[in-house]
Amino acid sequence: MQVLFFYLVAFVAVASGLLVVTCKSPVNSALALVNTFFCLAIFYVMLHAPFMAAIQIMVYAGAIMVLILFVIMLLNLGVETMKKTTHTVWGIVAGSLVMMLTFFFIKRGQPANISGPITNEVVESVGHTQLIGKHIFVDFLLPFEITSILLLVAIVGAVILAKKEV
Amino acid sequence: MITVNHYLVVSAILFSLGTFGVLTRRNAIVIFMCIELMLNAVNLTFIALSNHLGNMDGQVFVFFVMTVAAAEAAVGLALMISFFRNRESIEVDDISLLKW
Amino acid sequence: MDNLMQIAMQNVNYGSIMPSLVLCIFGMALLLINVFLPRGKTTPASWIALIGLVVTAVFAARGWGDPQFGFAGHVALDKFASFSNIIFLFSAGLTILMSDEYLQREGYPIGEYYPLILFATAGAMWMASGTDMMTIFLGLEVLSISLYILAGMFRGQLRSNEAGLKYFLLGAFSTGFLVYGIALIYGVSGTTNVADIGMYLKSHPAMLGNPMTIAGMLLISVGFLFKIGAAPFHMWAPDVYQGAPTPITAFMSAGPKAAALVAFVRILILGLDGLQGDWTSLLWVLAVLTMTVGNIIAINQTNIKRMLAYSSISHAGYALVGLVAANQIGVSGILFYMLAYTFMNLGAFAVLVLAGKKGEENLTLEGFAGFGFKRPFLGVAMSIFLISLMGIPTTAGFAGKFYIFAGAIKAGYIWLAVLGVLNSAVSLYYYLRVMVYMYFKEPAEDYGWVTLHAGAVISIIISVVGVFYLGLIPGKVMEMARMALFF
Repeated sequence: MQVLFFYLVAFVAVASGLLVVTCKSPVNSALALVNTFFCLAIFYVMLHAPFMAAIQIMVYAGAIMVLILFVIMLLNLGVETMKKTTHTVWGIVAGSLVMMLTFFFIKRGQPANISGPITNEVVESVGHTQLIGKHIFVDFLLPFEITSILLLVAIVGAVILAKKEV
Repeated sequence: MITVNHYLVVSAILFSLGTFGVLTRRNAIVIFMCIELMLNAVNLTFIALSNHLGNMDGQVFVFFVMTVAAAEAAVGLALMISFFRNRESIEVDDISLLKW
Repeated sequence: MDNLMQIAMQNVNYGSIMPSLVLCIFGMALLLINVFLPRGKTTPASWIALIGLVVTAVFAARGWGDPQFGFAGHVALDKFASFSNIIFLFSAGLTILMSDEYLQREGYPIGEYYPLILFATAGAMWMASGTDMMTIFLGLEVLSISLYILAGMFRGQLRSNEAGLKYFLLGAFSTGFLVYGIALIYGVSGTTNVADIGMYLKSHPAMLGNPMTIAGMLLISVGFLFKIGAAPFHMWAPDVYQGAPTPITAFMSAGPKAAALVAFVRILILGLDGLQGDWTSLLWVLAVLTMTVGNIIAINQTNIKRMLAYSSISHAGYALVGLVAANQIGVSGILFYMLAYTFMNLGAFAVLVLAGKKGEENLTLEGFAGFGFKRPFLGVAMSIFLISLMGIPTTAGFAGKFYIFAGAIKAGYIWLAVLGVLNSAVSLYYYLRVMVYMYFKEPAEDYGWVTLHAGAVISIIISVVGVFYLGLIPGKVMEMARMALFF
């Protein structure tokens, strides 16, 4: 039963990904991308990471996609009338190269056989949010602080570039 | 039985679709959306591996990749708006002022 | 729960991030002070930024004697990071010196320019001192995002818009490859700490033959080679370098390239040491390709900014030769070469800043006809930088190339060194051509608009001193570079 559910969600995710890449109208691509985000959030729940699923929906589907849709509406982008792809041959070559690389290397290769301390039972008993919080604020404190500088730079940049009059 | 390899294969397919999209589409916003697709495929890889290895490092990394994607979205869309103001279009073929 | 705070505070070692911390504080203070400065004048902001760089240099120099490790293995302010910090500080300082008058002349006196350069330098410092994939990745992103903004900052100029957008799209694309590589390496080793990855892969030799490890290494290399500007991922460089404001082009050609190289060296030599056979073969091919492509296409460029962009691609190729060698001389040669390259290239761009008219349509070979006679100081300075870029003895360029090729020969890559020297010979043509135009052609105009502004002149003088010091007395700096190695 779980296997069937996995294949269903995987199929929907890949189909939406295909729609993102091939739709003529940018708005249709954006909506297909939101669909992909939802499927990935379901995957995260299946992988015993419910906090990441919630963050995925909030940040990606809730913030980034809304921003993209705002910009699409602001710039009044219509349907692409002329041919909508460029360098199609190169794209197919590179895309299939990457697909073969990843398929071959991932199907033949094995991830490390380590069984770390955080098993599914630990996640369910302690609580996923608490585990992530402990790791971010104790072990990964510096990347967290660097992220704050990153966001500051992004804010300054967005204001300088997009304001009417600087 | 769903093993970690199933998730890795799905994310590989999504990553390749994203790469194909970046190289073929003309509209800059759609190119950016394909880049987001690539980053999400990587997120899925991280969380699947983190679950398999019994580690939290992967999930914390996903946290930061999401933050980076958000920052890039802000700056990238601002750059596109700035470009559009001068050019009235964001077709990548129009980014051709600087040639050989 | 309370002891979590104590555990967290135990890990923190502020000494290990002092330089970048000071830079960030100055950057944030400058953002606030900008609100109170009068519009249209950016000179006070540039002075505050320079003071910040000097204070940071004091802290960075202190890290030389006393290596600091902190934040649970995320940063290591060792000698390697300290040497790289000096490179970044010089490139940021020279850029800020030449920027002020340029911004006023072009009509974009935006005060936020200076804090962004400070944040970019802080990002580069995190890349150099990071010992965990996460720190390196986040430092790379801070650096890259600051540069996307700076490249596209001249909003009215179409060239700058294109440069910013193109750099953003291709940069984000390469970030995707980089994180996928990091994910696969995490999968085969269970950790993101570079040293721990190295130890795990060495103690589990079966993992070295694992296709996933090789795929991870390839993807990480693609990500970093893009940032370095190596062929075949160099397509973005000429357009972005030509379109961005000239001081930003100068900064981009030195600081971020050095940062990407240094982080790449640490990841390959510390983390993926077990795969050395694989990545040296890959980099051998790419180094030769990069040198050749950069040199050959530079030959028929008439725009000087674009020609310097292609030449910086070929210089990245020379630096990669040092990485192929992967021995002590080779890698310390990379550090030395990046310092030398900073002086040479930033000096040349400073001359371009002074020589350009508003709108910069005249930075072509014809636009430089007779420049050497009408403006002797700038002509001599440009000639010195061109001679150093060519790699003539007594200049920094020659010393750097000597060490790198010596490292390659010592590691047994004779053909690589031969190809490197051949490429240097080819590059003589397009550098000499600029000197010919400057001194042997009739001046078409009298260059009345060229005034010697203090900031750019100081940066030219510092660069000339640096070029001659590294060229005539390279021993001391080379010894420092050798002490800076971590293997």
